[in-house]
Amino acid sequence: MAYSEKLIEHYENPRNIGSMDKDDSTVGTGLVGAPACGDVMKLQIKVSPEGIIEDAKFKTFGCGSAIASSSLVTEWVKGKSLDEAGEIKNTDIAQELALPPVKIHCSVLAEDAIKAAIADYKSNADISEDVKETA
Amino acid sequence: MTEQTHGANIQTPVYLDYQATTPVDPRVLEAMMPYFTTKFGNPHSRSHAFGWETEEGVEEARAQVASLIGANPKEIIFTSGATESNNLSLKGVARFYKDKKNHIITTVTEHKCVLDTCRHLEQEEGFDVTYLPVAENGLVNLDDLRAAITDQTVLVSIMAVNNEIGVVQPLAEIGAICRENGVFFHTDAAQAVGKIPLDVDAMKIDLMSISGHKIYGPMGIGAMYVRRKPRVRIRPMINGGGQERGMRSGTLAPALCVGIGTACAIAEAEMSADNERIRFLSDRFYDRITGKLPEVFLNGDREQRYPGNLNLSFAYVEGESLMMGMRDLAVSSGSACTSSSLEPSYVLRALGVEEELAHTSIRFGIGRFSTEGEIDFAVDTVVQAVEKLRAMSPLWEMAQEGIDLKSIEWAEH
Repeated sequence: MAYSEKLIEHYENPRNIGSMDKDDSTVGTGLVGAPACGDVMKLQIKVSPEGIIEDAKFKTFGCGSAIASSSLVTEWVKGKSLDEAGEIKNTDIAQELALPPVKIHCSVLAEDAIKAAIADYKSNADISEDVKETA
Repeated sequence: MTEQTHGANIQTPVYLDYQATTPVDPRVLEAMMPYFTTKFGNPHSRSHAFGWETEEGVEEARAQVASLIGANPKEIIFTSGATESNNLSLKGVARFYKDKKNHIITTVTEHKCVLDTCRHLEQEEGFDVTYLPVAENGLVNLDDLRAAITDQTVLVSIMAVNNEIGVVQPLAEIGAICRENGVFFHTDAAQAVGKIPLDVDAMKIDLMSISGHKIYGPMGIGAMYVRRKPRVRIRPMINGGGQERGMRSGTLAPALCVGIGTACAIAEAEMSADNERIRFLSDRFYDRITGKLPEVFLNGDREQRYPGNLNLSFAYVEGESLMMGMRDLAVSSGSACTSSSLEPSYVLRALGVEEELAHTSIRFGIGRFSTEGEIDFAVDTVVQAVEKLRAMSPLWEMAQEGIDLKSIEWAEH
């Protein structure tokens, strides 16, 4: 399949591979996709008390497009507020990497991963608020 | 394509896709050349030496093809390739006998050109087709075959060597069952001819499909074996001048006929030596890969296989990304992502390989021109790529942490 140079560059030198402690309340973890479908993305964000994404890590099982899409979004979300990160659209990802039509679902999955990580962070934060209140 | 030279004189990309096609053997090309230049006559011209000369070349080729499979030259007809031979075998027999019988039996792991032809006969021409399942090792169950045969069954079509996983079906046993029941036996032997010993009488094969470019011959030519005693009759698909005993009209391409004939003669002379080398390289590759990497699975039966085809699943990495990580190897993947359909290989699914693993499979094809240096280079390339991708695989991470991936509720998309 003919891939763009940018996509291949992300595949060959993926940014921010790794894992963070998912039990840390400042970390939000998004795990999306399914092994049976051939792609699973785990995206983690570390959020500052001011609500800014300080760090992002990913691990992805999937095709080259899926790996490149997740690598790209870890770069994009860093330094953004949760609201800003939540506005990243799959079409932006697809356009940046020039994904072939048959691979658009990879960018959709990456967008889902961001949303899932943000939602997970928020639910963690709610729980820790609750814990503080009951304490 | 830019070729690069590596240590030990390895030219990359290394070709490991011998099931897709094989390079033309230089000896084959040499035999073909005169038929493009001086020996240019129409082999069907009876009135002059130009025709006689090319006819002689064509007939010698026919005898070479026949000899390799234990047939009589009169039972060989030339076609454009195994796809045409499969089409003609199935449609030709089905249509000729349609007033008497209307049932065909095949398996779910046949090549697309057999399955699509069956589907056509089923949907457009009113035939009944039974698609036999295969066991986990890729082999057909003979009791299933026996049970599927009815008094309406005209033809059983079961491939010899599977193109994706290399398993060898029990041809002699299938042939015996068919003969006992008065049913014709066709085998798609595109991946088997010249690679495993075949004998149409011993195996009771009535029709066989053969490809030129899978046996170090040229593309664009194939052959078909059609038994004369007991006689198999077929209705032609191409009408015209009545060439090839009326079964396949059209002027033959002498250069291509000579190409497939020479390829068969070389295969007959060198099969056992070739196989010994290919088995050595295949074992070396498999032993080294599995020695260095855990959780690698061989698809298809371990024993009943052609060793030049190794279909491996690398758990927790996806096939297309693995191929991208092995740019120096020319291989094929059973992964969905390499196709436009996004469905993993139907052959692997038919074996009951879980979708997770079907997505992680790569077919390594080893052939006549593969070298030890290439195999060692391939091992290093595969190990490096798999380790890199596992390090970034969330599934590998979970498996290492002892999490049962099946316990997770995945959002299928």
